[in-house]
Amino acid sequence: MQQIIEVKNLTKKFKEITAVNDLSFTVNEGDVYGFLGQNGAGKSTTMRMMLSLIRPTSGSITIFNKDLFTNREEVLRRTGAIIEKPDLYNYLTAYENVAFLAKLSGKIVSRKMIMQFLQMVSLSERANSKVKTFSQGMKQRLGIAVALVHDPSLIILDEPTNGLDPQGIADTRELIKTLSYQHGKTVMISSHLLSEIELIANRILIIHKGKKIAEGSAKELLNPSKTIVEINTTDNISAKEILMRSEWRVNIKIVQTEKIILQLDKISIPSLINYLVQNNVAILSAEPRHSLEDYFLSLTTSEIYVEPAAI
Amino acid sequence: MWNLLQFELFKTFKKPRTYIAFGAIGAIVFLIQLALLINGKEYVQFILSSIDETLLIPYTKITNGYWICFAILNLLLIHVPILVALVSGDIIAGEANAGTLRLLLTKPVSRTKLLLTKFLACTIYTLILLVWMAFLALFISVLLFGTNDLVVAKEFELLQIEKADVLWRYFAAFGFAAIALIVVAALSFFLSSISQNSIGPIVATVSIIIVLTILSEMRIPIYDNTIKPYLFTTHMLGWKGFFYINSNADGQTIKGSISNLPAVLKSLSILFAYIIIFVGSAILIFNRKDILS
Repeated sequence: MQQIIEVKNLTKKFKEITAVNDLSFTVNEGDVYGFLGQNGAGKSTTMRMMLSLIRPTSGSITIFNKDLFTNREEVLRRTGAIIEKPDLYNYLTAYENVAFLAKLSGKIVSRKMIMQFLQMVSLSERANSKVKTFSQGMKQRLGIAVALVHDPSLIILDEPTNGLDPQGIADTRELIKTLSYQHGKTVMISSHLLSEIELIANRILIIHKGKKIAEGSAKELLNPSKTIVEINTTDNISAKEILMRSEWRVNIKIVQTEKIILQLDKISIPSLINYLVQNNVAILSAEPRHSLEDYFLSLTTSEIYVEPAAI
Repeated sequence: MWNLLQFELFKTFKKPRTYIAFGAIGAIVFLIQLALLINGKEYVQFILSSIDETLLIPYTKITNGYWICFAILNLLLIHVPILVALVSGDIIAGEANAGTLRLLLTKPVSRTKLLLTKFLACTIYTLILLVWMAFLALFISVLLFGTNDLVVAKEFELLQIEKADVLWRYFAAFGFAAIALIVVAALSFFLSSISQNSIGPIVATVSIIIVLTILSEMRIPIYDNTIKPYLFTTHMLGWKGFFYINSNADGQTIKGSISNLPAVLKSLSILFAYIIIFVGSAILIFNRKDILS
């Protein structure tokens, strides 16, 4: 499969702060590449560098087999992007925004095509309304239309579902799937929500404090044998003591006054609950967690952390 | 580049603030014309009061359309720079503040081309503003007050330019004023390229012009030969040079002459140099800038 993006040893320093630290990854043609990290992890800085908005301190970015900084215009002609929130021209109409920005991308787009794109993001009825009258979600959808209108091969989307309602999120997800699976586009999408990325990405990169901490297919990374489970009982301190005396002690990650967090194989969850019930622990709740924080926890925490108040 | 220019002009003329300058100039010119229509003779008497005793001045002939245009330009060309800065100070910083600069720079347009186009849009706006001013100050004044010889005061002498010798001088003067105003546009454009909001460059441009105009107007020997010859504000009023006419031995003004053309050309070249410096600096800095907005 052809490589579309190759990032090598990318570093960006803002004075003393290293926002991106020696980051390397590749994205192949047709990938929906999930770019995960908490807020401030360096996702937007990386994506800005991939659009030449920011110059790297060191490292290289090759897109479509061309060095980005020496072939900027050629690369950007084939790329569509939304970086953070889609700030559009509020004093222009939706139609004017799409039409002018499509022209700047070097594409002659007919009125009919523009209306089709506006239809695609459910804004055709508001084509002649000024963007300043739009909600955040509508602006987000219009931003997607602007990013796609010149038919780019590569689409870079930085948190594209921010501000969207559940229906908007689902629609965006479907749109990305369609672009990738039906139209063969390569999509790189960032988010701080693992649940959002795992539904669409075939490959995932996770960064933390500017550094890569994991990369691989969604199946590899979301290993069910490392499921995080959060248990809340009527007496967590006693429950912890009971667990510490059993074979489950190796699974305990964090103990807090209000919960106990364990990491274990998903299929072992019923056995754990049985064990606690047999030892007269009154369980208030037991749920597998599936957030990025939990995933980071599973990658980075190796020792039990007991909150002082819980001792 | 045409697409980009079209977009820049479209955006500029879609913003209400663009029309503030046109409205302000229209209002000022109208008020001046109205006042001179009613009290023109008294005004000329007042400004020529020191010469009045020695010369027999034909007041009704003086207050013609050409003279009124000269009076308007004298008043307005000091203040128009403020109006120019409203658009050129906003053209980059306004987009940085709104986040649309980021959007523009994700399009396949080189930063140099983007800046040159934006500056071209500022220049076009400035020229349109000047044409508007010329239309109101010259055309409407001529319609209202008619034409006659133009009497211009130069320090302690009065120069009388024949009616037929005036119009081309106005075209030249407006051409010169265009270059002077483009310097102001270039200054605020440069300040806009290093700012994140448009208020800063607009206020800074106005402040710089006020300070430099005061320096240019001060008659202090230490500044006369050191700083003043190099300040762009010293040369911005060089358009008056087209109305300073040579006289022959009999004291008759010579048709088609300019008393100090080299000084006018020198002023023009200094103004051009400033445009190149301001725009060149903006491009250099902007090309290395990280877009974080």
